[in-house]
Amino acid sequence: MSQFVLRLKAIGNSELAWRFRTSPPVIFATVVLVTLVFCAAAANLIAPHNPFDPATLNIMDARLPPAWINGGSSTYLLGTDEQGRDILSTIFYGMRVSILVGIAAVAFSMTIGVALGLIAGYLGGWVDTIIMRLGDIQLSFPTIMIAFFIDGVAKIVMPIGMREEMRFYVVILAIGVADWVQFARTVRAATMIERRKDYVAAARISEVGGFRILLAHILPNTIGPVLVLATLGLGVAILTEAILSFLGLGMPPSQPSLGTLIRAGNDLLLSGEWWIALFPGAALVLLVLAVNIVGDWLRDVLNPRLR
Amino acid sequence: MISLLATRLTSVVLVMLVVSALSFSIFNFLGDPVNNILGVNATLAQREELRVALGLDQSTFVQFWRFVERAVVGDFGVSYRNRQPVVDLILARLPATLELVLCATIIALAVGIPMGVYTALRPRGLVSRTLQFGSLLGISMPQFLIGMLLILVFSVELRWLSAFGRGDVVTLGWWTTGLLTASGVKALIMPTITLAVFQVSMIMRLVRGEMLEVVRTDFVKFARARGLSDRAVYLTHALRNSLLPVITITGLQIGSLIAFAIVVEAVFQWPGMGMLILQAIEFADFPVMAAYLAFVGFSFVTINLIVDLIYLAVDPRLRAK
Repeated sequence: MSQFVLRLKAIGNSELAWRFRTSPPVIFATVVLVTLVFCAAAANLIAPHNPFDPATLNIMDARLPPAWINGGSSTYLLGTDEQGRDILSTIFYGMRVSILVGIAAVAFSMTIGVALGLIAGYLGGWVDTIIMRLGDIQLSFPTIMIAFFIDGVAKIVMPIGMREEMRFYVVILAIGVADWVQFARTVRAATMIERRKDYVAAARISEVGGFRILLAHILPNTIGPVLVLATLGLGVAILTEAILSFLGLGMPPSQPSLGTLIRAGNDLLLSGEWWIALFPGAALVLLVLAVNIVGDWLRDVLNPRLR
Repeated sequence: MISLLATRLTSVVLVMLVVSALSFSIFNFLGDPVNNILGVNATLAQREELRVALGLDQSTFVQFWRFVERAVVGDFGVSYRNRQPVVDLILARLPATLELVLCATIIALAVGIPMGVYTALRPRGLVSRTLQFGSLLGISMPQFLIGMLLILVFSVELRWLSAFGRGDVVTLGWWTTGLLTASGVKALIMPTITLAVFQVSMIMRLVRGEMLEVVRTDFVKFARARGLSDRAVYLTHALRNSLLPVITITGLQIGSLIAFAIVVEAVFQWPGMGMLILQAIEFADFPVMAAYLAFVGFSFVTINLIVDLIYLAVDPRLRAK
C-alpha cells in the first residue's frame, strides 16, 4: 500500500505532472474531455431520456425548441428533433458512437502502421522499399479522400441487408486504412536506430527470435512517439467519421454518431430549427478541440522534435 | 538535379499506375459494362457479341491496357445514370470546383501568412493569443458546421446571401465562370469562406512555427546587428526563409481542398465535382467513380510535381547538387 502511495507521489512530482499543473488551458481541456467521455460512456445511465425506445417518444413533442426559448419545455433541455427525441440524450448516445469509432479507427491504423513500420525498419532492403513506397503513394492522397472512397465502394458492394449493421466496422476500416502511414514512418525511423544498439545485438546472440526481438525489445522503445501520434490522430479520426456520416456514408440513422445527427438537422436548418443540428455540432467541436489541445500539449512535452 | 527530377517522374508514373489499377478495378469488376449498354433485357447472343466487341473476352491485363489507353485520351465510357459520356460530365462540373478551390487557396495564403507573421513576432499579445486560439478552433471545426453557421446567419436570419447554387454563370468556351456576375460572386462568398477556414488556420500555424525558428537563427541576428529596419529583417530575411515549407503544405492542401470541396459542395448544393461523385456513389455509377478517382489522382500527382519544381526554383541548395 505504502509503495503504491510512494509511486503516486513520484508521478505527482514528475516533470510531466508539473507541466500539467502549470498550464491552465490544458487542465481545462482535460476536464472537458473527461466530462464528455463520461457522458458518452454512461449515456444509458445519465441521459434524461432514451431516444431509441419508440415507446417513450411522443410525436406531439417533435421539433420543440430548447427550454429557454418560447415554446420550449423543461423536460427537453436542448429541445427535440423531428421524431420527438430529446436532443441532449441523442448527443450523449451519438458521442458514444463517435468516440468508439474514433478510438477503434486509430487503434486499427496504429496496429497496421506499427507492424509495417517495425518490419520495414528491421528487415530493410526491398521489403522496406515496397512498404515505404506504398506509404508515399498513399500520402499523395488526402486521408479523407481515401476513407471516402473505401467507404463509398464498400457501401455499394455490400449486400443490402448487411449494410446497416456492418457500417460501424466499414467506417472504422476506412478511416483506419487511410491513416497508417504516419505511424509506419515514425516506427520505422525509430526501429532503424534501435536495431543497431547493443541490447538488440545481445538479444540476437542469446538466440532470441527475430519476431520476439521486434515485439519484446524494440517495440517498447519506439512506442512513445506512437502514443503522441495516436492522440493527435484521434481528433482527426473523429472529424473524419463526422464528415463521412454527414455525407451519408458513415453511421446510419439507426445508430447515429454526432455526424449523423448533424446531417439529419441540416435539412431543417433552412426552416429555422437550428438546435437540431447545432447542438450536436457544438458537442463535436468541443470534443475534437479538447482532444487536440491535450494532444498538442502531449506532443510538446514528450516529443519536442515532432513539431 | 536531373537525378532528382528522374526520381520524381518515376514516382509520378508509379502513382498513376496504382491509381489507374484501382480505377480500372472499380470500372471493370464492380460495374458490368454489358448490362450498362444493353440493359438487362438483352438476349444471351447479343451479350456475347458485345462482350467480344468490347474486348471483355480478353485477359485482364489486356483489358487494363485498353482501359489506360482510352483513359489517356479522356474516354471513361458512359455514365450509368444519365447516359452521357463521363468526361463531359466531369468537364461540366470542373469549373465550379476549381473556382471554389482557387478562391479558397488565395484567401488562405492572403490571410494566413500575415496572421502567422504577426503571431510569431508578438507571441504574447492579446491579438496573437486570440488568433492562436481561433486557429485551434479552425482546425477542430468540420467544414460542414462552418457552412451551416454561415447559412444560419446570412441566409436564414439576415437573408443576405443565397444558401445554395452558383448564381448566374457566364460561359467562356467550355468553361463556366461565376466570377463575372454579381450573383455568381455573391454565391461564391460563403462556400469559399467555409472551405478556407481550415486552410487559413493551418497556414497561420505553420508560418508562425517557421518564423519562430528562423528568427532565432544567426543570420537574422546578424541582419539586426547590421542595423537593418525591423521591416527589412522580418519581412525580407526571415519571412522568405520560412516560406519554403509553406509551398509544400499549400501544394498538399490544394489536394485536400479538392477532397473537402465534396463536403462544402454538399452543404451549399454547389454544382461541382463533389456533388457529382456523391451522386455517383449513391447510384452506384461506377464509370463516373472510376473517372473521378483517375482525375483526382492525376491532379494530386501534377500538383506534387509542380511543388517539387517550385522548390527547385526557389531553393539554391537543391540546384547546386
